[in-house]
Parts: sequence; structure tokens; C-alpha cells
Amino acid sequence: MVEKFDVIVVGAGPSGNSAALRLAQAGLSVLQLERGETSGSKNVQGAILYADALEKLIPDFREDAPLERHIIEQRMWVLDDDSYIGSHYRSDAFNKQPYNRYTMIRSQFDKWFSERVQKAGALVICETTVTNLLLDNQRVIGVQTDRQGGEIYADAVILADGVNSLLAKKAGFHPELQPKDVALAVKEIHFLPQELIEQRFNVKDDEGVVIEMVGKITKGMMGTGFLYTNRESVTIGVGCMLSDFKKQNTTPYALLEQMKAHPAIQPLIQGGEMKEYTAHLIPEGGYNAMPDLYGDGWMIVGDAGMFVNAVHREGSNLAMTTGMHAADTLIELRKEGKEFSKTNLKRYQSKLDESFVMKDLKKYKDMPDVFHTNPQFFNDYPEMLSKAARTMLTVDGVDKKTKEKEIRHDFRRRRSLFGLVGDAFKLWRAFE
Amino acid sequence: MSVVVKVEEKLFQNRYKVDSGRPHISIIEEDKCRNACQSHACTVCCPAGCWTMEGNGNVTVISDGCLECGTCRIICDEHHNVSWEYPRGGYGILFKFG
Ligand SMILES: Cc1cc2nc3c(=O)[nH]c(=O)nc-3n(C[C@H](O)[C@H](O)[C@H](O)COP(=O)(O)OP(=O)(O)OC[C@H]3O[C@@H](n4cnc5c(N)ncnc54)[C@H](O)[C@@H]3O)c2cc1C
Ligand code: SF4
Ligand code: SF4
Repeated sequence: MVEKFDVIVVGAGPSGNSAALRLAQAGLSVLQLERGETSGSKNVQGAILYADALEKLIPDFREDAPLERHIIEQRMWVLDDDSYIGSHYRSDAFNKQPYNRYTMIRSQFDKWFSERVQKAGALVICETTVTNLLLDNQRVIGVQTDRQGGEIYADAVILADGVNSLLAKKAGFHPELQPKDVALAVKEIHFLPQELIEQRFNVKDDEGVVIEMVGKITKGMMGTGFLYTNRESVTIGVGCMLSDFKKQNTTPYALLEQMKAHPAIQPLIQGGEMKEYTAHLIPEGGYNAMPDLYGDGWMIVGDAGMFVNAVHREGSNLAMTTGMHAADTLIELRKEGKEFSKTNLKRYQSKLDESFVMKDLKKYKDMPDVFHTNPQFFNDYPEMLSKAARTMLTVDGVDKKTKEKEIRHDFRRRRSLFGLVGDAFKLWRAFE
Repeated sequence: MSVVVKVEEKLFQNRYKVDSGRPHISIIEEDKCRNACQSHACTVCCPAGCWTMEGNGNVTVISDGCLECGTCRIICDEHHNVSWEYPRGGYGILFKFG
């Protein structure tokens, strides 16, 4: 007997889980294939969970999802070698239910999500790598797996296989990723007693803090660092564009080690027990680097389709939302008795265009280019800012007007006035 | 300030199920690494230190500690000299936390 499903979903990260859940709830027959031991065992995230996207799929997720802390304070730090300057935003409004952002641990979260998918009726098979798409001319008719007799057929295949997106590449749907369009992030998790975390970060109960960092920690490369509080652990990581890692000949774990030793960061993780070291790519090429998202019998969702908003550090929510829209497209077409052809799947694109996903990605489409071509944002400015703050705050008998003059002079020496104005303009245009 | 880091110590904390005798990453043409490639970026940028530049100029990869990120494949963009597949289902890195 030939095995055939309405839909095969490849991958059980947030995008695949969202799609599979939705499809199964609507009564379609769904097979989901995941190469990991369980959903989540191959996946890495910071990890901030944005409630809104998940709530649309699982309104009661707060009841049993493995959540760590809800975020009540966001710190943005600009670091130079021995200092940071930054802003903290903390509000009791973030302490009102329902909470908007949480920290979570991906391997646990994905496993929980997958249980929901299975309960909804999807067949989930782990420890199975999809090795190729089965094509009939340009139409996807199923998948080939690494199991014996591993050919399985479906009316549509949803590619939720993450940033490397090998399957679409092998099928010729899009070319290899370029180093300038992906960031490599390395990350560690450090365990500390719960009370110590609460003391160090000035929080109580389930409250949590997020620290986002730019500056000398990335050695002039386009990238950011982060530190998030979980219940009994903190995660710390740094990510930079692959093209910059290559250009600057930098070893990622050495970069992470230097960041951890920074005098503003080291006291926050001191005494912790490091229990895992991970690395993962993030597709940060933005709107201009997006591949084709659908064709005859196939659709791409999540990281595989470059759905990441690097400016706001959003990815998992875009993954969930794209997974949901892909599923809804298939559900509607099935109801209308229409086939899953390229022409009909265009509806997926329309749904995305109408949602925050494409609106945001379009809004920031020039951002990657601005940062790639203007490295001063990651090296000169952090130093200039820090020096300016230090000059103004050091009480040494020099009058403030002279100090201001010194700062202005320093700014202009390092970056012409024209350059400074130009930079402000470029940033404004990209953010606008 | 430079910090000496042993990546082995980091990887030691991780959980793996190694598919012995079935490496999922390999070099396509060893000669290219040795003679054509200038950057040897894989040997510097692999976050698990799987790639080594030997004293004799040969480049080797041992993927046992691989984190399956994809860096080595994408960063070899001038020579496209990395054959890269995911491990068989169930094998490779098993993140405890992720
Ligand atoms: C360090 C880091 C920090 C991040 N922080 C945040 C954050 O704070 N907030 C946020 O919203 N986003 C964050 N992101 C981004 C977010 O993690 C991703 O956008 C999200 O995981 C994408 O989900 P996905 O389902 O598309 O892909 P993935 O989560 O990568 O899932 C893909 C799945 O497919 C499976 N798979 C792949 N190929 C095959 C195959 N051939 N056969 C079978 N299975 C296969 C994989 O094993 C995996 O389970 C971060 C990312 C990183 C790396
Ligand atoms: S970057 Fe590519 S060509 Fe160069 S040494 Fe590495 S694998 Fe070989
Ligand atoms: S996939 Fe990543 S961790 Fe594995 S060998 Fe390549 S660069 Fe190293």
C-alpha cells in the first residue's frame, strides 16, 4: 500500500508545529517528520517567546506551557571594552496578566508544543531525516526519508525545516544562503540558584529581565549579544553575520568567552554552572533575501523562508504565524475543492502580505545593507558614546563646556560631521 | 585582552549520539583546501572546532562534536567544497536545553 497524506510537514520547530496543529485541528491527515530524537532536540533559541503569535494558535497555552519568567525589564546596553552605557525600561504594566513576553527553554517548549500537535491528531514521527523531495516535473508529490522504504506521498509538503533549508535547495527552489544573509550565534546556559538570580537582577517570583547588547563585544562585526533570565538559569550568547566572522577571521567561542569576561557581564553569571554550549544560524538577510515561498505542492514557512526580524529579534513568532497562514491556505483550498497548485497557493503570499510579518520585513528591508556598509555603528560609535559619558561623569576640575568641546572634537575626529549626519539619516531612513 | 578557550571543555557539557563511521560532513576535494583556498575560514569559524589546519597544509574535519549549524558549508562560498548533510534521524547533537 502506498502511504499518502493530505499534507506532510517537514520539521517540528515552531513553524512546523503551528502548521501541523492547525491542519490536524481542521481534520486534514497530517504526517510530521522530525530528524531529532524529539521535537526540540535540534533547536536553539535565546529564548524570548512572544505570547501574541502563540495565543492565536493555542489560546490556553499559559495553563501548561513550560514558561520560565515573564519579562518586566528590558535593558539595552552599548558596550566598549570596560564600560557600558544604556537604557533600562521597567514597568509594572508588564506585571499585569496576561503577560506579553516570556523566557523559555526551547527543548522543553518544543516538546510541549509537539504534544499538542499529536493530541490534535497529527501523526508525528521523530528520528527521521527527510533526504529529498519527490518531484513529478516541478510538482512536489511527497518526500524521501532515511528510513527503509522511506517514500511517502502527500498532496502538499510544508517545508518547516529551518534556516539551512536543504530540501528546497536540493530541489532547486532556491540557491545556497550567502554568508552576508545569515548570522551565527553561540550561546551557553548557566545554572544559578533561583534566589541568586532574583537578587542579581532585582526581580521576584516569575519576573524576568532581558539584556540586549551591541558594541565592542562583537569586535566591530555586525551583531549583538544577549543575556536572558530563566527561572534557575541565565542564557548568554552572541551572534554576528557569517560574512563578518569570515572577514575578521574570528572564532565564535573565543568571542563568547571575551564577552563573558566583560566587567559589566561577568558578575551577572559568576558562580553559575555551565550546562550546555550551543550554536545555530539565524537568517537575517531580511526581505530582499527571501526565497520563493510556494510552488506546485509545496510551501516554505519559518526560518527556511528567512522569516526573521533581526532588528526586533523576532523569529519564533514569525515562524508560528507563517506556519499558521500556510495551514489556513491549505484548509481553505481543501474546503473549496481546489488543488494545491502554485496558482492557488498564491493565497499564502496574500495572507502574509496582509499580516505584520511582511509589513515588518518590508519596513526594515534596507537595514541589513545599511549595517553591512557602515561598520562604524558597531565599532566607533560604542567607543565614542562611552568616552563621552565618561568625560562628562568624571569630576576632575575641568569645566563642563570644555568637556563638551572635547567630546565634539572627538566625534568629529573619528567621523566627519558630514559622516555623522549621514549616519543618522541612513538609520532614520532604514527605520522609517 | 585575549582569552584562551578550549572548545572541547564546552562540548563536553553537550549530549551526542554519534553515528560511528558515518560522518555527515566531508570535504569534496582535499586539494582545493590545500592549494586554492586562501581563507580556510572553516578552520576558524566552526563553533565546535571540528575543522583543523594540519601542519602539512591539509585541512581535515571530524564531525563528532558538530552542532549541525551549517556554518562550514555556507562560509566556503568561493569553493563550495563542503559536502554537508544532516546526520541520520536520531543521531548527532541532542540539545538538553537548546
Ligand atoms: C541564538 C538564537 C536566539 C534566538 N532568539 C530568539 C528570540 O529570543 N525570540 C524569537 O522569537 N526568536 C529567536 N530566535 C529565532 C528563532 O529561534 C527561529 O526563528 C525559530 O526557531 C524558527 O522556527 P522554525 O520552526 O522555522 O525552525 P527551527 O526551529 O529551526 O525548526 C526546524 C526543524 O526542522 C527539523 N529538520 C530540519 N531538516 C529536516 C529534515 N531534512 N528532516 C526532518 N526534520 C528536519 C529540525 O530538526 C528542526 O526541529 C533565535 C535564534 C537563535 C539561533
Ligand atoms: S573554506 Fe572550504 S575550501 Fe577553504 S579550507 Fe575550508 S572547506 Fe576547504
Ligand atoms: S555544521 Fe557547524 S558545528 Fe558542524 S562542522 Fe560545520 S561549522 Fe562546525
